[in-house]
Amino acid sequence: MSLEFSADAQKKIQALCERYQVSGSKKPVVMAALHLAQKEHGHLSDDALRLVARTLDLPYAHVYGVATFYTMYRRDPSGTSTIRMCTNISCMLRGGYEVLEAFEQKLGVKKGGTNAQKTITLVEEECIAACANAPCAVVGTNYYLDIKPGDVPKIVAELEANPHPESEVV
Amino acid sequence: MPTDRDTKLVTRHFGNEDAKTLAGYEKLGGYQALRKASQMAPADITNEVKASNLRGRGGAGFATGVKWSFVPAGSKQVHLVCNADESEPGTCKDRELMYWDPHLLIEGMAIAARALGAVHNFIYIRGEMMREYAVLQKAVDEAYQRGYLGKNILGTSQEVHITVHRGAGAYICGEETALLNSLEGLRGQPRLKPPFPAVKGLFGNPTIVNNVETLMNVPFIIDKGGPWFNGLGIGRSGGTRIVCVSGHVEKPGVFELPMGITFNQIINEVCGGVWKGRKVKAVIPGGVSMPPLDESELDVPCEFDALQTDERIKPVQYVPGKQFDLGGGKPLRTMAGSGGIVVMDDQTDIPRALWRILKFFAHESCGQCTPCREGTGWLEKVARRVGEGNGKPEDLELMGTIAHGIAGNSICALGDAAAWPTMGFLTKFRADFEAKVSQRAGRAA
Repeated sequence: MSLEFSADAQKKIQALCERYQVSGSKKPVVMAALHLAQKEHGHLSDDALRLVARTLDLPYAHVYGVATFYTMYRRDPSGTSTIRMCTNISCMLRGGYEVLEAFEQKLGVKKGGTNAQKTITLVEEECIAACANAPCAVVGTNYYLDIKPGDVPKIVAELEANPHPESEVV
Repeated sequence: MPTDRDTKLVTRHFGNEDAKTLAGYEKLGGYQALRKASQMAPADITNEVKASNLRGRGGAGFATGVKWSFVPAGSKQVHLVCNADESEPGTCKDRELMYWDPHLLIEGMAIAARALGAVHNFIYIRGEMMREYAVLQKAVDEAYQRGYLGKNILGTSQEVHITVHRGAGAYICGEETALLNSLEGLRGQPRLKPPFPAVKGLFGNPTIVNNVETLMNVPFIIDKGGPWFNGLGIGRSGGTRIVCVSGHVEKPGVFELPMGITFNQIINEVCGGVWKGRKVKAVIPGGVSMPPLDESELDVPCEFDALQTDERIKPVQYVPGKQFDLGGGKPLRTMAGSGGIVVMDDQTDIPRALWRILKFFAHESCGQCTPCREGTGWLEKVARRVGEGNGKPEDLELMGTIAHGIAGNSICALGDAAAWPTMGFLTKFRADFEAKVSQRAGRAA
């Protein structure tokens, strides 16, 4: 199925192409276009990658290469919102793995999975630069700091009541 | 003389919501340094920064003014790129700096752009920092509206643009040439150097890549002068030092402190000591890429040169008795890195901590160079079994040898970043590793 960008997204891409004119190509816009495609089409299917390639006059292979290099681009459907729980050293030292386990139990999934209602995907994340407030997580588009395993039910309830898809931010 | 602990430059607006808006920032004296700089010759700005002994706050500690002067004279198109891809584990300053004082970064960039003659400039911000991106983009829009960015800035003929470019999740993009590739719309894989970015960088043009904190210090240098800024520091390191203290202390946090304060002072006087009344075991001084310090090495100043050369810090060995050579017989002690200080108490499972660090590097290796791609995976695998108590006694020498085989043999420093802490932990906490591997030996017997 051939996908399209909304008029708003097309306008944004056009403005960015002008911004990056100094580069002499549309290539630098590929990351922003992938963020936009993910916002509008949920995940980066082959068709979504073709849309980006067509829009920017780039080879499909190039767009595929970029989309598969960065961890925030999703090739598969996932939950509406994402919880990115850090377990790197500073978080580990203050109980990050225990919090991750509490999320797994609450959502009924292993890390990397999506809950049954398809509302939340749980990701074990590398350092998110909030180490002084470890353990920490990016929940939807917000940072949650100094998390204890007991905080997990409340965090999940808040996100379900007020979903914050990452793809909103473009 | 080092500053007193109350001198705050880049963190002075922490907690002040007003500073985030252009009107509030101006009321607090903002953009006065840009006004001053707009009357200065570009070379004079660079000279002021040189005199300040400002050193890069991203990790390498290179002299900022010297870096700027590497741009070839007469270059037609020059770019300034702000590296806001903060992701070195243990480091959490740039995210807060951008969040609380976005206009200070824009002002610093506008001044630096004038010094460099750079028109099209970029801030490469981590994809995960969505809130900070929104704050920064709003500030950039405001600065355009008020004429601090765009054409004919403050009545001069100068044109300066800033575009905020979002990443999408890749530690390696904090490496400056990987960042440039990412900005160009490629996979974020580092480039071979030379040519260095200052000669051939973004879009093939001379490019200066500076860290967030580095650029935010520039307005203070223009406002009060390079010698003043230099006087705040010690030795060849001007200004204050931001440290991000995490791990097993009573009061973790992001602190702007006098350059040269010791680790013991930071832990005990600034952070309320090790938590739960315990003793310190290990301290990572500047992000997990750096070899750790043990409890006997904590009276050393937290400063770029001291951490590399102070003889109280034991040289790193890759196997017992064999010192790692940085080149020409120069020992590796450690480095100040990004200011990310991770404190571990005396009950910490050190082999497991090292495994977690290596799991990170194995995940983040971009896959371009064989020693790093394969070696970080091997290190993680061996460290995992050692950490789980399933290691063999010979695994310790194996880890040291793998690390030695990676170090210095990859295009960028990610390989070293995995190898250095491996060798460092094995050098200083050998007994902890030996105890772990003898657990298994004991069971087998």
